[in-house]
Amino acid sequence: MIGGLFIYNHKGEVLISRVYRDDIGRNAVDAFRVNVIHARQQVRSPVTNIARTSFFHVKRSNIWLAAVTKQNVNAAMVFEFLYKMCDVMASYFGKISEENIKNNFVLIYELLDEILDFGYPQNSETGSLKTFITQQGIKGQHQTKEEQSQITSQVTGQIGWRREGIKYRRNELFLDVLESVNLLMSPQGQVLSAHVSGRVVMKSYLSGMPECKFGMNDKIIIDKAGKGGVTNEAGKSDLGGGGSTSGKQSIAIDDCTFNQCVRLSKFDSERSISFIPPDGEYELMRYRTTKDIILPFRVIPLVREVGRTKLEVKVVIKSNFKPSLLAQKIEVRIPTPLNTSGVQVICMKGKAKYKASENAIVWKIKRMAGMKESQISAEIELLPTNDKKKWARPPISMNFEVPFAPSGLKVRYLKVFESKLNYSDHDVIKWVRYIGRSGIYETRC
Amino acid sequence: MKWRKKYFSACFYLFLSLVPLQENRQFGSKMTDSKYFTTTKKGEIFELKAELNSDKKEKKKEAVKKVIASMTVGKDVSALFPDVVNCMQTDNLELKKLVYLYLMNYAKSQPDMAIMAVNTFVKDCEDPNPLIRALAVRTMGCIRVDKITEYLCEPLRKCLKDEDPYVRKTAAVCVAKLHDINAQLVEDQGFLDTLKDLISDSNPMVVANAVAALSEIAESHPNSNLLDLNPQSINKLLTALNECTEWGQIFILDCLANYTPRDDRESQSICERVTPRLSHANSAVVLSAVKVLMKFMEMLPKDLDYYGTLLKKLAPPLVTLLSAEPELQYVALRNINLIVQKRPEILKHEMKVFFVKYNDPIYVKLEKLDIMIRLASQANIAQVLAELKEYATEVDVDFVRKAVRAIGRCAIKVEQSAERCVSTLLDLIQTKVNYVVQEAIVVIKDIFRKYPNKYESVIATLCENLDSLDEPEARAAMIWIVGEYAERIDNADELLESFLEGFHDESTQVQLQLLTAIVKLFLKKPTETQELVQQVLSLATQDSDNPDLRDRGYIYWRLLSTDPVAAKEVVLAEKPLISEETDLIEPTLLEELICHIGTLASVYHKPPSAFVEGSRGVMHKRLPARTGSGEGTECPDVGNAAGGSAPEAAPSIIPSQGDLLGDLLNLDLPAVLCNILIMSKLNSSLLSPQLGGDIGGSPAMGAGFGAAPTVMPASLNAPVGGGLGDLFDLGGGVGMPMGAYIPPKTVWLPAMKAKGLEISGTFARRAGVIQMELVLTNKAMSVMTDFAIQFNRNSFGLAPAGPLQVLTPLGPNQTIEVSLPLSTVGPVMKMDPLNNLQVAVKNNIDVFYFSCQYPISMLFVEDGKMERQVFLATWKDIPNDNESQFQIQDCHLNSEAASNKLQGSNIFTIAKRTVEGQDMLYMSIKLSNGIWVLAELKVQAGNPNYTISLKCRAPEVSQCVFQCYEAVLKN
Repeated sequence: MIGGLFIYNHKGEVLISRVYRDDIGRNAVDAFRVNVIHARQQVRSPVTNIARTSFFHVKRSNIWLAAVTKQNVNAAMVFEFLYKMCDVMASYFGKISEENIKNNFVLIYELLDEILDFGYPQNSETGSLKTFITQQGIKGQHQTKEEQSQITSQVTGQIGWRREGIKYRRNELFLDVLESVNLLMSPQGQVLSAHVSGRVVMKSYLSGMPECKFGMNDKIIIDKAGKGGVTNEAGKSDLGGGGSTSGKQSIAIDDCTFNQCVRLSKFDSERSISFIPPDGEYELMRYRTTKDIILPFRVIPLVREVGRTKLEVKVVIKSNFKPSLLAQKIEVRIPTPLNTSGVQVICMKGKAKYKASENAIVWKIKRMAGMKESQISAEIELLPTNDKKKWARPPISMNFEVPFAPSGLKVRYLKVFESKLNYSDHDVIKWVRYIGRSGIYETRC
Repeated sequence: MKWRKKYFSACFYLFLSLVPLQENRQFGSKMTDSKYFTTTKKGEIFELKAELNSDKKEKKKEAVKKVIASMTVGKDVSALFPDVVNCMQTDNLELKKLVYLYLMNYAKSQPDMAIMAVNTFVKDCEDPNPLIRALAVRTMGCIRVDKITEYLCEPLRKCLKDEDPYVRKTAAVCVAKLHDINAQLVEDQGFLDTLKDLISDSNPMVVANAVAALSEIAESHPNSNLLDLNPQSINKLLTALNECTEWGQIFILDCLANYTPRDDRESQSICERVTPRLSHANSAVVLSAVKVLMKFMEMLPKDLDYYGTLLKKLAPPLVTLLSAEPELQYVALRNINLIVQKRPEILKHEMKVFFVKYNDPIYVKLEKLDIMIRLASQANIAQVLAELKEYATEVDVDFVRKAVRAIGRCAIKVEQSAERCVSTLLDLIQTKVNYVVQEAIVVIKDIFRKYPNKYESVIATLCENLDSLDEPEARAAMIWIVGEYAERIDNADELLESFLEGFHDESTQVQLQLLTAIVKLFLKKPTETQELVQQVLSLATQDSDNPDLRDRGYIYWRLLSTDPVAAKEVVLAEKPLISEETDLIEPTLLEELICHIGTLASVYHKPPSAFVEGSRGVMHKRLPARTGSGEGTECPDVGNAAGGSAPEAAPSIIPSQGDLLGDLLNLDLPAVLCNILIMSKLNSSLLSPQLGGDIGGSPAMGAGFGAAPTVMPASLNAPVGGGLGDLFDLGGGVGMPMGAYIPPKTVWLPAMKAKGLEISGTFARRAGVIQMELVLTNKAMSVMTDFAIQFNRNSFGLAPAGPLQVLTPLGPNQTIEVSLPLSTVGPVMKMDPLNNLQVAVKNNIDVFYFSCQYPISMLFVEDGKMERQVFLATWKDIPNDNESQFQIQDCHLNSEAASNKLQGSNIFTIAKRTVEGQDMLYMSIKLSNGIWVLAELKVQAGNPNYTISLKCRAPEVSQCVFQCYEAVLKN
């Protein structure tokens, strides 16, 4: 298991060092600094073996987190733990920076003592951690016995992510369907690969221990329901802004993963998503689709080399969704060669600028309606070089945000049952919104 | 739509901005902890001591924080031990935790003082607050001092049975800690049994921690039956699996993976209960579940419906892992690499997800590339090639190299794509980017190996880049190409000679390759390269410290001096097939790694014993054997390594460990050795004692011979059968008979190389018409039809004058003789040797290629008799540089008979002169392309050796003409 955990700043100075196992000595701290942080070469692997000691590292801005071991540990678990560690720290004190880490080092040690025991990850749910790691040491003394045992049963319990006795005056929940659409397109407009990775993020402000059931237009469920003739549920529930009606086409989900609150065995057998939600914001599920994706934009590049010192670039973007919808924060990034000396840009819409430091022309459009088209043309002057290597022509990338789910996913219902308290599904105020963002949205040129 | 305002972050930044203000104050709140990192005053320890002993609680706490900060940055603050321990008795939980942290770090260096802390621990273990009880037992386990561990036993025993699950789960881990310090003590105290009982605990987290602790302890006692896994306990684990935290699920799944189900039914039921985990958000849970499934799947019969369902279920979660953070993607990709080797069917349709993204970190890119090649097939090759070509223009050198190499591997793997791969590689060579060229040459060499006589036209392009090669691997590859195709490269000797200059500075692989290549060259062009071969042999045997090189040198030397024909057989023998897949992990290792999916072993692709010290992980894990549903309940662990999961690789393929090139280069040697072994049986004098004496290094030599068959067991049949059976026709030119005399037919294309079609034949000139006389034999089981023939461009423009007349289908074991008239008006390209002819024969099965050499006398036309005056003038006119002299030995004809015999082959005697008992015959020859050759033959009565001088404007033909003379006169 994990033998030790170190946090370094960008200079390689150690900020946090916690050793869990006897086989990890102090020299391990230096070994990582010398061989990885101070290494001349770019990092070639997130796992490094130095003198029979393995180092796993992740980087968050300037900060290096390294887990060390001498055993054959579960590598996936170590990385998952490191990410979790980052999440926990971020939820306690915000951004992971040298400043924040130094300011909270006592807290971090306390957390490290709690969430990792002898190198075995323990409960790492922020919700429950915050009930007893508070940085107000004296509090422990004032807790009643009931409170204490409530904490421990939550930390170790089946529903470690939610505590009992939560009360809200108004029961409310928010569902965000956040999708990032990824595309790799050939210069000829052929889709080389495209997929949507989506997340359903839920913010729940519900009293008690509510039992929730979530439904979407997943093909398999709809097909099942269609056979059984049970479609009434979907029709009745109104979720506000989503505008989903049953009978609309269903989507094929390639794969999905769920927050640990979801009963996986139930999903496996009935494909129903039921759970007791954590309080506050969390990610309910992630999913991936590859079929029938709505690609919100199409980029048509035209790059022409005029002699050795000039490039002519023309890029057309076409929006491909309902004209009534508006895309926002559109940004097209057209890479330019390293030896660019000057750029002239003309664009019909938005603003375009050549950014020498980023080696790219950045074209920004605030808003664009569906089924529209816009164009930019640029002349790039090049310095003559004797560099024989051809310019690698990085792909043209794009960023945007659209108010629909490119995968076509629709939320059909989210039902809340709380038998002990006197509120019903109808009393809960529910909100849904869909946001489609660009993931890696690239067109080769 | 209304949204709750996010004021949290705004608040947070406000908070931060306060920090600098507070920094100067002596007692800050927790937000100013960073100041502890900056104290570097002299006398600091002294000051801290005072502060630690202060009466004020706040001051004490500040001091402890400073101590911890110093400890973190690596300062030695062990001198403060008693003072810090004094702070332990406190109500403040935060302070207590800090002191414990200090204790864990320094207790070992101050064991006597550490005893002072024991009382507090024991007391804390009785505390009413479960958090404090757990904290005490957790910390005590981390203090590795023998004296303390004795005191630990009683509190631990209590905590293991504590009413609070939080304490129990902490105590469970503490048993593992204690075991690490003193294993005997744990056994004596009976903690292991208590731990086993915890597996049945009502709280899932306690179960999970108990499983983790037991698994760890069991690992250091490989033979103990600690984790007594039986269907009942497995059932308990599977129940807990649904309820515990993500980490607990990992512990349980990893533990489950060590279990071997009794039969396929149990295996299936476990699989069914594990599959829901594939939808977990935690990648480690998913990978551990995949491990269990991959392992237990071994036991399921393949015809079972469930088996297919399971295979289908595995693909989506594996693909989803690729949308995780890059570090996890890396771990996932390394594992997918294993899974694809073990069960390629799972991901065969998922090629696209492994396409490289521009912004992927380099380690992800390289791994994706590896998997792309493994998944490449005829169905997706076009897409893959397009991608690879794209990658070859990227920036990262390693990545580009790998992409170029991948193109070559595609060519070898998917035959239909070979042509496109070669042309892509040629395009890349044109870029002249040094490392791209080198990498391309390395892979083109492999392509030559795989598809002989198909793409050699690119050799010229390769030779252009000879000077830019500076890496050993590329140099070795180029040398191999030059040696292998020496007969087609005019200046092969010069090229190789240029490499020879810095022989001792070259790396071993280049030296070995150079040695072999020059020997090949010598065997192909013996006359011009004698010096060169001498030189390389002496360099290799006398001036080298490398035993491999010396040995190889001696073998060649001995071979060449004993029996050049045998040498030819050995060195130029048919090469065994090269494997389609490269870098395959050896099957037993692969099985072991499959059992370690998700772990470091699977990331390194090495067994745990390779990187873990001590007893842990030394035990090798194996996949379970497949059992029938009824039988095989007793010992599922026996004899499975070679069993159900044997590799599907064909036996004729070379086991390739590591890098493809290494194999290919070394092939030459083992092939040689194999042949020598066979030959030594035929001709025992070759290995007679004198050999050992000569070499002086006989033990090494002997070892080399002995080792050969074990090195290359699979290749034995290929080179031996082919090498001995079908002696190279390259040598045919030496003894080619001529003229009216019809030379015996030689086998040009052996049946084993042409799917059962055997072709033998010869050339003749009949009534001014050149004819190729072929004998086609069908040695296959099926009927052959649709024969056609085509020639490659050749030196004299030979081309079939009509189609190949095989009108009736050729049945099995049937033979047909065909005579094919040839014209000399086809396209011309200079060949090496000049009279080499590359032929393609097609039938309904395939296209086959072979090359043969024709006697140049075939091309001597009937009107080749020159006028005397013209002869004289021409003789004078041709510069003396163009004259070459040869000896014809052991010819017992007189000048008259010789002249007559030569006339039959259109070599005309124009004049005869006798000077001092020596007959001088002046002769002329005209080739079909109009080249005149003039000859002067000296025949001395009683001397069987003739001297012949040849003059020609195209001196290249002289050698061939001389061979004709020799052949005609001797037959």
